[in-house]
This record gives sequence, structure tokens and C-alpha cells, in this order.
Amino acid sequence: MASPQRHDLKRYPGFGAVTWACIVLLYAPMLVIMIYSFNELRSITTWGGFSFAWYLKALNNPQLHSATFNSVVVALVAATLGTILALCAALAMTRGRQLKHQSASFALLNLPLMVPEIVTAIGSLVFFLAIGIQLGLSTIIIAHTVFCIPFAYLPIAARLQGLEGYFEEAARDLYATRWETFRYVTLPLTMPGIISGYMLAFIVSLDDFIITNMVAGPGATTLPMAIYGMVRTGFTPEINAISTMMLLVSALFVSASYLISRRGASS
Amino acid sequence: METQALRRDAVGIDQVVKVYGEGASAVTALKGVSLSIADNEFFTLLGPSGCGKTTLLRIIAGFEQVSGGRVFLFGEEIEQLPPNRRPVNTVFQHYALFPHMTVEENIAFGLRRLKRSDTEVKKRVGEMMEIVRLSGFAGRRPGQLSGGQQQRVALARALAPQPKILLLDEPLSALDLKLRQQMRLELKQIQENTGITFIFVTHDQEEALAMSDRIAVMSQGEVQQLGTAEDVYERPSNRFVADFIGDTNLIEATVLGEDGPDRRRCRTAQGLELTASGSGDPGQMVHLSIRPERISLVAGIGGSGTPCTIDRIIYLGTNRQVLVRLADGAPLTLLVPNTSGSTLEPGSAATISVAPGAARQLRD
Repeated sequence: MASPQRHDLKRYPGFGAVTWACIVLLYAPMLVIMIYSFNELRSITTWGGFSFAWYLKALNNPQLHSATFNSVVVALVAATLGTILALCAALAMTRGRQLKHQSASFALLNLPLMVPEIVTAIGSLVFFLAIGIQLGLSTIIIAHTVFCIPFAYLPIAARLQGLEGYFEEAARDLYATRWETFRYVTLPLTMPGIISGYMLAFIVSLDDFIITNMVAGPGATTLPMAIYGMVRTGFTPEINAISTMMLLVSALFVSASYLISRRGASS
Repeated sequence: METQALRRDAVGIDQVVKVYGEGASAVTALKGVSLSIADNEFFTLLGPSGCGKTTLLRIIAGFEQVSGGRVFLFGEEIEQLPPNRRPVNTVFQHYALFPHMTVEENIAFGLRRLKRSDTEVKKRVGEMMEIVRLSGFAGRRPGQLSGGQQQRVALARALAPQPKILLLDEPLSALDLKLRQQMRLELKQIQENTGITFIFVTHDQEEALAMSDRIAVMSQGEVQQLGTAEDVYERPSNRFVADFIGDTNLIEATVLGEDGPDRRRCRTAQGLELTASGSGDPGQMVHLSIRPERISLVAGIGGSGTPCTIDRIIYLGTNRQVLVRLADGAPLTLLVPNTSGSTLEPGSAATISVAPGAARQLRD
């Protein structure tokens, strides 16, 4: 089928300039960080030769080890719980009978995307203190699970909406119970959305600083908190090296998430 | 409807009502439909879109709940059974093949859910692929098949669990003409060989006439006529059926007098005098239907027929559709065989005659 003709954006005046400005502003800082992570000198502004020394130092830093471990545990648990809850919500919103307050429910689900993070952070802290939960890894996990939900929800719901209900009717027609229909038809067909949502949630959790910092309490340090602490005591290329490694992991996850959802859409 | 009949038949529909929505926005899709479908029958629900035929099919499949009335399957009331507990399978309009499964897995799906043994599943799937001539495609995904092949897989998948009733929801509408005609024959053949009751939904009257044992012509949530292909074409019970099944000339006429039992001499508003099957007292206004192919046409003026002028000739291949005007300008449509050496020309004069019995009186 022929698609309608699109505008040629290149013809718009200033298109090239705006594009380049955006690219430079977005990526130049990252590029600088990456370049200086290989600096031999203890400077992040003066180049003194190529070296992997800062990477070795970062990888051998015991403080960073425990922070990374904490971050990964939090991200794994929060992303898993968040994705399961998001899947349930998406099924209810797209497959259940029309809810009474459908749009209100949608807004509520996605509230964490809209509310300023610092407000959520303070709110969560006050809430945990009020009900007397000991601050630590568990409070971080609870807070992360909450904001993971909308990130996992959006790709899952999009996938479910794109999936016509007649596959499920066909399964029911062919003697599948509700559970078998979900297990053999709905779940596999939604899987690209679920994986994509899970990865997004994982990365968002891994990156979070503001909420984490507020509800962490003493002792439970995550990677972004550790990096922030190091910056305050002095900026060395070790931070560049850590940042570059995190960037790499993030980029891998986001690309994989994109590729999986695209492959799912084409099938 | 007699309960006795409902118990004997494959499907019994008793006063089924379906209302969508509630309050002021409620839409009635079925207004108390009753019909019974015999075992081994090729039964067609025919009607324009929005007539309720698909709703009725979905009620039999179990995807929709009735708002009122009862549904029987071999004498058992089934309104409360979920779709997976009805011995009924469906061929969906868009096939609804599971895209993440191979052809083989698709066909085996129903058998697996019925917990049939591996050997039985394998054997049955092999048989089905042979019947629909898809052996060798077992490992393909639906996305790698043509429309016609997907349609065969959908058919095989629905037939594999040996349902008592097969429901087909406009299964041929997505295919091109040649394939559609070929599939009509195949479907009819499969139905005769398996002995399964087929309930076929379509808006295509040609399809319905070609395949069905009986046809229920539906409109606006009601069954307008129930009968064989010949019944609904030759003896339409009302104006809707006459107009929907095939082409027809709908004419108003006045009854002149009796011409035997259930035959009346009539005169149309245009002064055309003819004998129509039907009833009525002299002077009564009636509606008549005359099929275009039942009016004969001779070039030139003369004989006992009614003179007319040829308005337009439409070439249809086997036939030609001829639009004529009677003396007072009233139009009529005719269908004449495309014989060679015909001297029909637009603008020329001609004579038409209507054979006795070709005209039929219609109820509103």
C-alpha cells in the first residue's frame, strides 16, 4: 500500500542549524566525559595521554562494588515487581469491561511521570517515617517499584492495544480456558512489550538519584549516590570512567528494548 | 416454536433478543429471532451489514450473551456456557491465526486444549493439512502464507477438533474473485464429506445461493425469509428479500381480476398488463417483482408485447443488461443472453413481454 507523501523536512529554513545545535548539546558533554575517562592525568580538562588507569581504579574500588551491587538488586526487584503490576494494570485497562473511571485510572497510573520527582521523594520519605518503616534498601525498592510502573505500563499497554481481541476469541473458541488463553496466546503476543517495559523500568531504577537519596537512610548506598558523593569530594577521571560504563550499560538496554519492541511490532 | 423441534435440531434459536448499550443509546441488534438448523445442514445467514447476522453467529459461538431468549445445541440449552465449553468452532473473517505459532501448532491448538494424546494430535493435524491441501507447510508461520493459504489454515484449525457445528464469519470476503469461487466449491465439498453442520454468514447473495441448503435472509435484526436458495430467489416473501437477492424490477400495480387460484391479472401504472402470482381483490394496489431475466425482448415493434425504447445497454460478458423505457417513461431493467448478431441499439424501439408467472406479488 502506498503511504501518503511526507514533507521533506530538509526544505524548512533553519532545520539543519537546529538539528546540529540539538545534537551538539545532547552528545558533546557525553563525548567529553568519555574522552577524559581515558586521560592519564588527574584532570578532567587537560589531556595528558591515553590510559585505562581510571577504569582499573573504578573497578577496584570496594565502595563502588557494594553500591553497584545495591543498585542492581534494587533495579532487578523493582523492575520485576513494577512490570508484573504494570501488566496486570494494562490487562485490566485494555481487556476488562470498561471501567467506571477509565481515564482517571489511566492518569493515576501515569502520575509518577507527571509529578515533580522531588515532591514524590519528600512525600515518600515523610510517608515511610510516618508509618515507621526502617529506611534502607527495602524503602528504596518500594519507592522504585512505584515509579517503575508507568515506564513498564506504557509499552505493555501499547502492545496490548495493538493486539486485536480476536486472537483471544479464537483461543477461547478452540477450547482454551481463560488461563490457557492468557498463557498460550495473550502472554507470548505481549512479550515484546513486556520485555521492552521491563528494560525501561530497570534503567530508570538504576539511574534514579533524587528519590533514592531521600529514602535510602544511612548505609544503603546506590551507584548514583556513590558517584554523587565522589563528585563532592573531588572530581577525578575515575568518575568519568564510571559514568562511561553506566552510559554503555544504559545504551545497551535501551537499544535492546527498542529492537525487541520493533521486532514485535513487525511480526 | 415447539420445544420438540428445538431438541431434535442441531441448533435451535428461540426468540433471541440482543440489545447493545443501555438507556437512550441502546441499539437492538436482534429483535426476537427464532429459527432451527438441522444436523448436517449448510445453513446461511444472509443480509446487509448491520442486519444482525454476525451478532447471531457470535451468540452461537458464545462471544456474546443474549439479552433474552434461548439457544439450544442438540437439545441442550447453552446460553450460560463459555465459548471453550461449546462443541462449536469458528472460522473468523480475518482468520485470527496465532502469529507466533506455526501452521502445525495453529491446527493442533484446539486438540491440545482438549488434552488429546500426542499421537492423535499428530495424526489428526496431518489429516487436516491434507484435506486443505497444505501438506508441506507445517513449519511455516501465518505471516509467510498467502491470503488463500491462511484461509485454509483457519479452516483446518476450526475443523481439527471435529466440532458438531462450524461457524464461518464471511470467510471468503478477503479473497479475490477466482479464489473465492474455488473456495465455495471446496467448502461445500468439505461440508458434505465431514457431515458437520455449517453456519455460514455472508452479505454476498451469490455465495449464499451457490452453497446453502437453506438461507435465512436477515434485515434489521429480523429474519425476513427462511428457505432454500430457490425459495428466496424465485418466491421472495417481501420487498426487502426480492430487492436484496439478485436484481429485480419493483413495480406498483392494480389487481384487475382472478386468473386461476393464487393468480391475478394486474395492470401496472404504466399500462403493462400481466399475470402475477399472489392474491387480492379487484382494484387493490399491490407491489410486484419481475426478475430482469424473465422479461423477453424483441427488436422492433409488433406482436403482442408492450412497445418500449432501449435506453442503455450494459455489457456484462455472458449477459447484457438492457435498460428500457416504456411509453410513459417508466424504466425497466432486463437481462438478455449475449447471443451474437444481436441488433439491439440504444435509442431504437423494441417490444417486451412478460411470461405468465414471472411477476410475483410481494408483501411490504
